[in-house]
Amino acid sequence: MDGTSANAFVAFDHVQKSYDGEILVVKDLNLFIDKGEFLTMLGPSGSGKTTCLMMLAGFETATHGDILLDGRPINNIPPHKRGIGMVFQNYALFPHMTVGENLSFPLEVRGMSKAVREEKVAKALDMVQMGEFASRRPAQLSGGQQQRIALARALVFEPELVLMDEPLGALDKQLREHMQYEIKHIHERLGVTVVYVTHDQSEALTMSDRIAVFDDGRIQQLAPPEDLYERPENAFVAQFIGENNKMIGTVTAIEGSTATVTLSDGMSVNALAVNCEGVGKPTMLSIRPERVKIGEAGENTADALVSELIYLGDHIRCRMTVAGNDEFIVKVPNAAGHTHLRVGETAKVSWLTEDCRALDAV
Amino acid sequence: MSDVSPTGPMLAADGTPLKKKLAQALFLSRVRAFGLVAPLLLFILASFIVPIMTLLWQGVHNNTYEKYMPQSTAVLAEWDAVSAPTEEMYAALVADLVTARETRDIGKVATRVNREKSGTRSLFTSSARSAAKMETPFREALIDKDEDWADIEVWQAMKIASLSLTPAFYAAAVDYTYNADGSFEPAEENRQIYVFLFLKTFAVSLAVTVCCFLLGYPVAYLLSTLPMRTSNLLMILVLLPFWTSLLVRTTAWIAMLQSQGVLNDIFVTIGLTSDDQRFSLIYNMTGTIIAMTHILLPFMILPLYSVMRGISPSYVRAAKSLGATNWTAFWRVYFPATIPGIGAGALLVFILSIGYYITPALVGGQDGQLISNFIADHMQKTLNWSLAAALGGLLLASVLILYWIYDKIVGIDNMKLG
Repeated sequence: MDGTSANAFVAFDHVQKSYDGEILVVKDLNLFIDKGEFLTMLGPSGSGKTTCLMMLAGFETATHGDILLDGRPINNIPPHKRGIGMVFQNYALFPHMTVGENLSFPLEVRGMSKAVREEKVAKALDMVQMGEFASRRPAQLSGGQQQRIALARALVFEPELVLMDEPLGALDKQLREHMQYEIKHIHERLGVTVVYVTHDQSEALTMSDRIAVFDDGRIQQLAPPEDLYERPENAFVAQFIGENNKMIGTVTAIEGSTATVTLSDGMSVNALAVNCEGVGKPTMLSIRPERVKIGEAGENTADALVSELIYLGDHIRCRMTVAGNDEFIVKVPNAAGHTHLRVGETAKVSWLTEDCRALDAV
Repeated sequence: MSDVSPTGPMLAADGTPLKKKLAQALFLSRVRAFGLVAPLLLFILASFIVPIMTLLWQGVHNNTYEKYMPQSTAVLAEWDAVSAPTEEMYAALVADLVTARETRDIGKVATRVNREKSGTRSLFTSSARSAAKMETPFREALIDKDEDWADIEVWQAMKIASLSLTPAFYAAAVDYTYNADGSFEPAEENRQIYVFLFLKTFAVSLAVTVCCFLLGYPVAYLLSTLPMRTSNLLMILVLLPFWTSLLVRTTAWIAMLQSQGVLNDIFVTIGLTSDDQRFSLIYNMTGTIIAMTHILLPFMILPLYSVMRGISPSYVRAAKSLGATNWTAFWRVYFPATIPGIGAGALLVFILSIGYYITPALVGGQDGQLISNFIADHMQKTLNWSLAAALGGLLLASVLILYWIYDKIVGIDNMKLG
């Protein structure tokens, strides 16, 4: 699934958005979403992801550029004619209507007959296992139940595109994880296109086909979850997704895909040249904690002073000082015969060149 | 630590019942809470509740006659109000007239009886002057003085006046007269004014409430959607009338609305009307409604605004994303959410306007006078406090009934005043 402009179901074409005419909150957004795809917009607050969603839903207008839905520009189509389902952060269930009336509302405004409405409402409620709650009021339901109703309401009129604006934000951790799987399964079963906004990276990694990482009004990287984690293309993504060890240095040589980097303490390491500007330029090296090994087996080796050990059952989290960085984390698997470290001890750590990515300096 | 005994109530650790223990523990904080409200409670009791109760009591209890004419009160109580007055009754009356004249209270008695039968005032005052010199038989002596004393209706009026605890004033307040034999009958047609006045007051209040709603709802909506800074600024404009004296605002309307006033001048200038056919916008019902709407508008806007501020924009967005047009989203989703505000605002405005006094008095003219103006009239001019109290009591009762109906339909808990 790599959406291109030609056959995209949803397309953002050079979209810009400004609220005050001075600051662009969305800067030249180009994003193509395929039919049936689950795409997540992930980013810190203020990164422009919600604004993009609101422009797609029609509650904000793009300052520049076109948004296309199924090939049609929708900039001038009012929200109620777009036929896009939406799940809101606080669910936005109508408090004065019962659950059944809430679900019936989109069908009613579409002029469907009572019999058809009842059938569809019952079907949608069954889908989220809430069949018995049709006559309740939203206030009588728990957060998780309201969430399901909101989901059912956004799907009951069978839209081809459903937008979700941090729908799980108000739930506790356990329920949130459960709902993630549920939403994922509903998506797989119905085949609708979902655009999902969240600031929770584990939510994004769990559910998405592709994730667009937003920062500063731009998409920093658009990739499937595993690519995003394993092959971040810039320093922001490497830092934002998962845990990251960063080392600052200067590029001294580039040979093919390998860059030689001199770190701040004078040590020289090899890294995969991903996004470094060239010889003599600063760079940030990124290594995932679980890709660092204790011992000298790897292609790059460094001395590491053990400063903290945290026992986490399946692995031991080890904070070390490497090349002047005292926040260097290594996850030591709790396997048979693993190395036992002690605080204050100096050990050797090593990693493969391809696991160490030379990115842009931040 | 508590102990559950299988048979008795829950016990505290030392064996005393838990409820008693809890009451002891809470006693001090209750005393403190009462101490905090006590000054206000006393103030309200002394300045508000007691005077109102006293006045309401006057609506059913007027002892002017009983107090100053004790002997005739006793014989009138025996009398059946149909047979001819006896010599004994005349004797008691003369004795009372003499005492009342000596204590200079005869005027009060005369006024009281005159309320029941007009034209009897001078009968009392003049007879009292010569009562001291009268001799038996008193019947002939009195009739000799004024032949009206033979009229049974005068005696019936005296009997009604002699009853201290009487429904007469409430009957008068709903255009009925109370007869000496205990029956009620509708008042003469040209004296039936209060029911009509009550209805007019309700109609004006309703009109003012509707006007306030129509004008206030869009303003409150605008204020609630604007950014906080702008809406605060505009809110000051809404509140500005609050900080201006009621009298100033009302007189300003006089300057605006009178026939040589600003509005009529504009109408003439733009050719809406000719100079000799200026609209009469004041000293009538129109003036009352215009001025009252303006003065009461903030009471509608404030609760509406506070409710609307609390409505998340995502409700309307959700409705639109579900396919509702702007109107449907407003009518089916936004409007029902504002009902608590509408209820609170309408109730406030309606109740306030039911008892409105100054504005109708100043700009109402003949036509725009409301029930409260008549109450004031009875308090200040005719000095018929009992009738004023009865009218006020009815007004109070109607407000309480309205409040009760509102509670039944909308629920007081749903009301948001800001």
